[in-house]
Amino acid sequence: MTEPGQNRRSLVRGALSLLVAAIAYEALARSGYFAPALLPTLPAIARTLFASLADGTMFAHAAFTLYRVMFGFALSIVVGLPLGILMARFQRVESFFLPLVSAMMPIPSFALVPLFMLWFGIGNLTTILIVFYAATFPMIFNTWSGVRSVNPIWLRAAGAMGADERRLFWKVIIPGASPFIITGMRQAFLRAWIAVVGAEMIAASDWGLGWVIFDAKEFLNTDAMLASLIVIGIIGFVFERFVFGSLERATVMRWGMVRAAKG
Amino acid sequence: MTSTVGGTRARMQDAVTAITADHVPERSQGSERLHSIWRSIFPFVVVGAIWEIIAWTGVFPRRLFPTLEEVATSFVNLTIAGILPHHAIETVLRLLAGFALAGVVGVTIGVLMGRSRRAEDIFLPLVSIGAPIPGLAYAPLFLLWFGLGNLSSVLLVGFVSAFPIIFNSWTGVKAVKEIWVRSAQAMGADDRRLFRHVILPGALPYILTGLRLGLAQAWRILVAVEMLAAVPWGLGWLIFGARKFLNTDTMLAGIVVIALIGLALEKFVFQKIENYTVVRWGMISS
Repeated sequence: MTEPGQNRRSLVRGALSLLVAAIAYEALARSGYFAPALLPTLPAIARTLFASLADGTMFAHAAFTLYRVMFGFALSIVVGLPLGILMARFQRVESFFLPLVSAMMPIPSFALVPLFMLWFGIGNLTTILIVFYAATFPMIFNTWSGVRSVNPIWLRAAGAMGADERRLFWKVIIPGASPFIITGMRQAFLRAWIAVVGAEMIAASDWGLGWVIFDAKEFLNTDAMLASLIVIGIIGFVFERFVFGSLERATVMRWGMVRAAKG
Repeated sequence: MTSTVGGTRARMQDAVTAITADHVPERSQGSERLHSIWRSIFPFVVVGAIWEIIAWTGVFPRRLFPTLEEVATSFVNLTIAGILPHHAIETVLRLLAGFALAGVVGVTIGVLMGRSRRAEDIFLPLVSIGAPIPGLAYAPLFLLWFGLGNLSSVLLVGFVSAFPIIFNSWTGVKAVKEIWVRSAQAMGADDRRLFRHVILPGALPYILTGLRLGLAQAWRILVAVEMLAAVPWGLGWLIFGARKFLNTDTMLAGIVVIALIGLALEKFVFQKIENYTVVRWGMISS
């Protein structure tokens, strides 16, 4: 299945399919069947993208969005991680927070945007809180199940070998729960990334990639919309692949908790 | 993964009940149940009390931070007037339409990708490019292309929730053990029966996971889409519209309905489906 000839053929086919899709789009855009304002050609999109990169506005928008997403994401780790661990270690904490968490989890974060806009106004605070709300629950849930799923034999063995509470926590529980915790971070970031774009659209401030897209709609700047879509996609992809991929390699894979991706 | 987590949970709960039973052997079954109900209500009572105190002290203006009675009153009034149910029904219909679209298209593409190398090579690059872009980022584009209203919102919800369904169906079909396929073929199964009796049941746990993720995704996106797409009825629109008139109690009533629908989807739709199919076929342990 994995002989080089087959792989090369897949690569060619993949490239071909992208090329065909691009040509089909270009043909549709040039056919004049749709208004060019709604369906800009690929060169037009590229030109807008490069122009906004060259004068730095795209970087400023991306920086605002990243600031909001990282702030909210960091908050969700600061709150979610300890809470998840406490819930898993202490029955009392669990029986208090579990019903609350299960009741709040199915509320989509966007439902809170209008409310938060009334309470906290338009701008950074609302956006960061929405991101925080979206990202905290996967963090809590995964940490909680991770700590619970630590093999009890490891705990007993470490206890028998004389580990005190602190060392048990740092040397056994945290590494044991780490695959779940990292999955939690991944999910949390994904949610945060979705939430930030939506929150920026609805609670429009004046900077941010989500706001650019929404603002461009008012002026029919479809090329600007597609250009920021590309930037959003690239940033999301980079985080997923490189940041979390290398985090995984540096921790769980090195500790031998999970083997490198199969196949 | 879910199965292992569920397993440990069940085991630990057994341990917990065993311990409590040891400590209080004289307690009857009924008061034990009452006790556990009280334990799960207690956190809400605490949070509700804190909410009431903040509302009554007037730290925030009453208009922006209504008391629970006011929220409950507007909830009851809106329900009796039929406004809240109307909004909820429109939202659920939109959810179902978008999700059905995503389910049909997503499972078809995913299964095709899993079965044929050619389909995989063609679709995988397109899907991998589309997937990391948050669904809402497409919303203004869809609004321009398909106009405000139902068509845009249903299409967008379908489009966004199709991605997890495609990925999971694809993985599921690829994860069907080669030996099962070969032995079915050796026993003379034709393509149709192979698909119906081997590949589909084998891939079903993954497909169901994908559908579940897709529905959750659809639900999260839909509320925001309703705000942006200016649909005439819908819970997202209700909340967004109430903001303009500072009707915080209406907004909170809407959020409560959204939470209830979300919980119901999880409890009554997916856990049921899972119990009915995959667990019964022994694909995962409950």
